[in-house]
Amino acid sequence: MPYLVHTEHDREEMLAALGVESMEDLLIDIPTSLRVDRLNLPDGLSELETMAEMHGLADRNRVFPDRLTFRGGGVYRRFIPTAVAAVTGKPEFYTAYTPYQPEASQGTLQAIFEFQTLIAELTAMDVANASLYDGATAVAEASMMARVQTGRDEILVAGYVHPEYVEVLRTFSEGRGMKVRRGDEPNPRTAAVVFQQPDFLGLLVDARGLTERAHAAGALAIACVDPISLAIIAPPGEYGADIAVGEGQQLGLSPSFGGPHVGFIACSKDLVRRLPGRLIGSSHDSLGRRGFVLTLTAREQHIRREKATSNICTNHSLCALAASVYMTYMGEAGLRDVADVSFRRAHSLAERLGKLPGWQPLFPERQFLNEFPMIVPKSRQVMRRLSRKGILGGLEVGRWFRELKDVVTFTCTEVNDPAAIDQLVEALSA
Amino acid sequence: MAERRYTKTHEWVLLDGKTATIGITDFAQAQLGDVVFLDLPSPGRKLAKGESFGVVESVKAASDLYAPIAGTIAAVNEKLGSNPELVNSDPYGEGWLLKVELAGDLPGDLMDEAQYKEAAGASGH
Repeated sequence: MPYLVHTEHDREEMLAALGVESMEDLLIDIPTSLRVDRLNLPDGLSELETMAEMHGLADRNRVFPDRLTFRGGGVYRRFIPTAVAAVTGKPEFYTAYTPYQPEASQGTLQAIFEFQTLIAELTAMDVANASLYDGATAVAEASMMARVQTGRDEILVAGYVHPEYVEVLRTFSEGRGMKVRRGDEPNPRTAAVVFQQPDFLGLLVDARGLTERAHAAGALAIACVDPISLAIIAPPGEYGADIAVGEGQQLGLSPSFGGPHVGFIACSKDLVRRLPGRLIGSSHDSLGRRGFVLTLTAREQHIRREKATSNICTNHSLCALAASVYMTYMGEAGLRDVADVSFRRAHSLAERLGKLPGWQPLFPERQFLNEFPMIVPKSRQVMRRLSRKGILGGLEVGRWFRELKDVVTFTCTEVNDPAAIDQLVEALSA
Repeated sequence: MAERRYTKTHEWVLLDGKTATIGITDFAQAQLGDVVFLDLPSPGRKLAKGESFGVVESVKAASDLYAPIAGTIAAVNEKLGSNPELVNSDPYGEGWLLKVELAGDLPGDLMDEAQYKEAAGASGH
């Protein structure tokens, strides 16, 4: 029996109520040129055949070892302690569904509360939510908060913010009457200045200066930050940013072809009513026992309807849990070690790459942490040659920025051991 | 000084010269229960009559606030930021929300107290 919830009779009744003849009549707004007459699907396969088929597809992937991967650009290879999967794999947590009913179990609520606490501490902001989808949507959600808060409609993107984040921001802006502009001079129409620290090229920006300039124009400052970097550089709360957002993939999540990852968003206390998504608070029951509850839900779409700041009701709970376990397991000292060793290896690599004939750092006067841009003669051929030698070289950023033709960003993390760095430099010297 | 006038959406307005004070009615605060937060606009903003200008949030519900008149916001009750419960304890006094410079005349659809009491009773909340 096919699993269909409606009988033929149900459907006829519904169509009659709508005053149309058939299901087809409901689709007349879709141009015929965009419609598919018939799906040309092959016959079903047995499990054994399916596995063989899938392995065949997987074998076509070119997999580079972590230690020989020097590409970042928003997603990074980092060491993930086994403790992360040991906790996220527990059946109490391991569900595809985000628990967002008020009756969610105390353990689930506490796990989210821990994530919020860790993010708030890391960013030095007052409050963080239960997480968002990724860094890109976090930037867009923060921009919508700024728009509602200020009643202004322009979002100013300052410097090299991740181009795909800006693309997502533009998509969110369309239809909301929000305008996205590039530049670093806010005006009286600017709702927020968005900057990335370090920026998409890996370079440090004047976060404090940008924040002050935003505030002087009556706009909010949105800092998009690398969570690992916050172990060694000033967090957004310290320089007065209003909203801190970022991509949390580096906190215990594998690159996985770009997702699912986890976005985080944290803000100052006076913006908490504009904060999208779930928020878990700590409270006490009638017997004085500590408990965890959904908090300030009146901000959300199921109550505020179209007037809610965001239509986000969900989050990436399991990924957020992985990030919580990672941060807790690493601790303050562990995070600092990770940031520190990544910094030192990247700086040693930058020095060696700068000695290759024709190679030079882009913006040599600017500082970086563990990712940096180099001008690489004939970058396309160079990267292809590395790939043949089993090394994933840097990211050619010219595909997003015309002015950065032949600019390649290189990244080092704790997984790129000194021998791997030697191997990269040798491959380039040959 | 004129007498207090009321809207169907449970706001009140009291005109003194060209300055109107706006709040929510005693009936509204009683229906909402303990008010915990008010999201109010900034002075200087222009309001159109009937426009949603903010939100009152109680332990029970979040409700929109509608402008009973057109005009420009001259002042916002800053005390409500830390003491939103003033809306419950003194809705016609300390719990006022906005002072607005009236543009044009007072709209004709505002009710007097007797009319409002009848309307509020009939709405059967």
